[in-house]
Amino acid sequence: MIDDLSPALILIFGGALMPLLPRNGRNIVLFGAPIAALTQLCLMTPGNHVLWELFGHQLVTVRVDSLSFIWALIFCIAACINSLYSQHLRQGAEMGRLQDASGLIYAGAGVGAVLAGDLITLFVYWELTAIASVFLIWASRTEKAIQTGIRYLIIQVGSGVLLLAGALLLLNTTGSIAFDHIGLETTGGKLIFLAFGIKCAFPLLHNWLQDSYPQATPTGTVVLSAFTTKLAVYALARGFAGEEILIWIGATMTAFPIFFAVIENDLRRVLAYSLNNQLGFMVVGVGIGTDLAINGAAAHAFCHILYKALLFMSMGAVLHRVGTMKASELGGLYKSMPLTTFFCIIGAMSISAFPMFSGFVSKSMILTAAAEEHMWVVWCVLLMASAGVMDHSGIKIPFFTFFAHDQGHKVEEAPTNMLWAMGITAFLCVAIGVYPAPLYALLPNPELAMQYNPYTSDHVVAQLQLLFFSALAFVVLFRTGLYPPEIRSTNLDTDWVYRRLIPRALTPVLNYSFSLVDRVKESIDQVTSLAGVWLGRQFSNGYLVRDAGSASMVGIAMIVFAAALLWGYL
Amino acid sequence: MSNQKKDGDEKRWLDNPKNVSKLVYLLVAACILSVLADFVWSRHGHFSFEEIPAFYAVYGFVAYCFIVLSAKQLRRILKRDENYYD
Repeated sequence: MIDDLSPALILIFGGALMPLLPRNGRNIVLFGAPIAALTQLCLMTPGNHVLWELFGHQLVTVRVDSLSFIWALIFCIAACINSLYSQHLRQGAEMGRLQDASGLIYAGAGVGAVLAGDLITLFVYWELTAIASVFLIWASRTEKAIQTGIRYLIIQVGSGVLLLAGALLLLNTTGSIAFDHIGLETTGGKLIFLAFGIKCAFPLLHNWLQDSYPQATPTGTVVLSAFTTKLAVYALARGFAGEEILIWIGATMTAFPIFFAVIENDLRRVLAYSLNNQLGFMVVGVGIGTDLAINGAAAHAFCHILYKALLFMSMGAVLHRVGTMKASELGGLYKSMPLTTFFCIIGAMSISAFPMFSGFVSKSMILTAAAEEHMWVVWCVLLMASAGVMDHSGIKIPFFTFFAHDQGHKVEEAPTNMLWAMGITAFLCVAIGVYPAPLYALLPNPELAMQYNPYTSDHVVAQLQLLFFSALAFVVLFRTGLYPPEIRSTNLDTDWVYRRLIPRALTPVLNYSFSLVDRVKESIDQVTSLAGVWLGRQFSNGYLVRDAGSASMVGIAMIVFAAALLWGYL
Repeated sequence: MSNQKKDGDEKRWLDNPKNVSKLVYLLVAACILSVLADFVWSRHGHFSFEEIPAFYAVYGFVAYCFIVLSAKQLRRILKRDENYYD
């Protein structure tokens, strides 16, 4: 009985209720729905539930197993934290309603998608994540945000269309719509891989992420950061684990965003590049595909959702208070926002994988898995990317926001609900780092995970050397003036192709086609007017120019329609 | 924005450049200790090059400088006006 209710539907139903409820009711549902979904998920027995029949195919709308459970669990936890972080919105009048509704439905769609046991259910939730989440961007209500939201929606929905096309091709080839290992052998499989790749922000398909997340509201970005991309990592782990190409795609993803992050001025965009880089570690884990590597990818997704949310929350609090996200206009905020500073530093140390913080116990699994397979090139790239993480997320984010040059912003500390949300997330980041056993017990291969010990002297000393010397390099470069200054700028990325190149290239073609259409129209006008004059002369006193009553016109029209109807039937 | 307040102008510990230098010395000390640790516990890595003393220290320092300095060059190609797309 209890297994018949999907946790996803609890969240989606709660979200749909939001616009109808008074403020107190919204507060109850906002916390009640994620907690109820989390409880329901934990109570469900492993296996396939809520089965539907569609055109002779079985839809498994809820599948609880060791791989889907950990993703659904962290999504429910993220939904709880998001509700707490955005609680102050309920004090405002109408602005919060849209974000509350879309946040809950989006979280529900994410949970539904990771629990989906077939490709059709996956497609439905896949598209719902796109449609529900775009309102978090549009809720900023700026011209820029609206345009960005449209671009985001086109790309996300496009990914869903590819998924559906791939699923149908796969059904044609294999006769099954089950969402299990898919592989790259079939055309359908390749299309689905591309669909997952878009959502996972593969290199060259990545730029929707950096384009859209910084345009959302302060709370919206926190919500966005949790679900879409990690859902894609889950989908890859389910459908394409062990595909070698993923190792190289993942390694590229860890490496290239760090260069962009160094020179980016908008700190939420820096975090978006950083998110891209962290996804790379997970994709490498999925590509290696051994039990240890899949454990590493799952553990890293779990930890990453928490510390990335923590970083986005601290930046959201700064944006909420100061009103800007530009590094060139921030600095010295530790004086007015000491607690936010503290939480941001915990997030920064977690993402940089300092021992005793969450990133350390998950990332080291992926690096060990790469080393065990003797992939020294990939391993070296991951290690370099780790030094890059130390720069853009470990140092740049906290340093240029809260320290560096004091820009004289005298603001209040973040609202209490934001501080609680950051505090709880920071606690989880440290708790997982200090005592990873409960997390390891939840991983897809728990027996193997429980044997894994991240705290060997080799690991700890190696990581500390890497991080301390990266920090030393920062000090040297900063003090010698070699570190690139934070300046107001836009850096070109692949979005330049569809925001500038294609529109510019198409403009002459479109102009020419419009002028061609105009000329054709003119010619037709001339011909018809000439014909009119000629006809007028021919029938100047004839039947065609005689006045007719409206009743007879209606009569003629009725006869014509009746004739058309009859013609249609016959 | 709307939440600017006036207090908080007093001097803080970090406002003194000498104290910032103290933090830098602390970092240097941490760096030295982390390298010395390599001579206390000999490392057994998966790759032979991991066993070179201070391998991670050199790798971290060089990788960091490479990333930052090459990104600086990247800026020459990619940097546009802030309102480029508007």
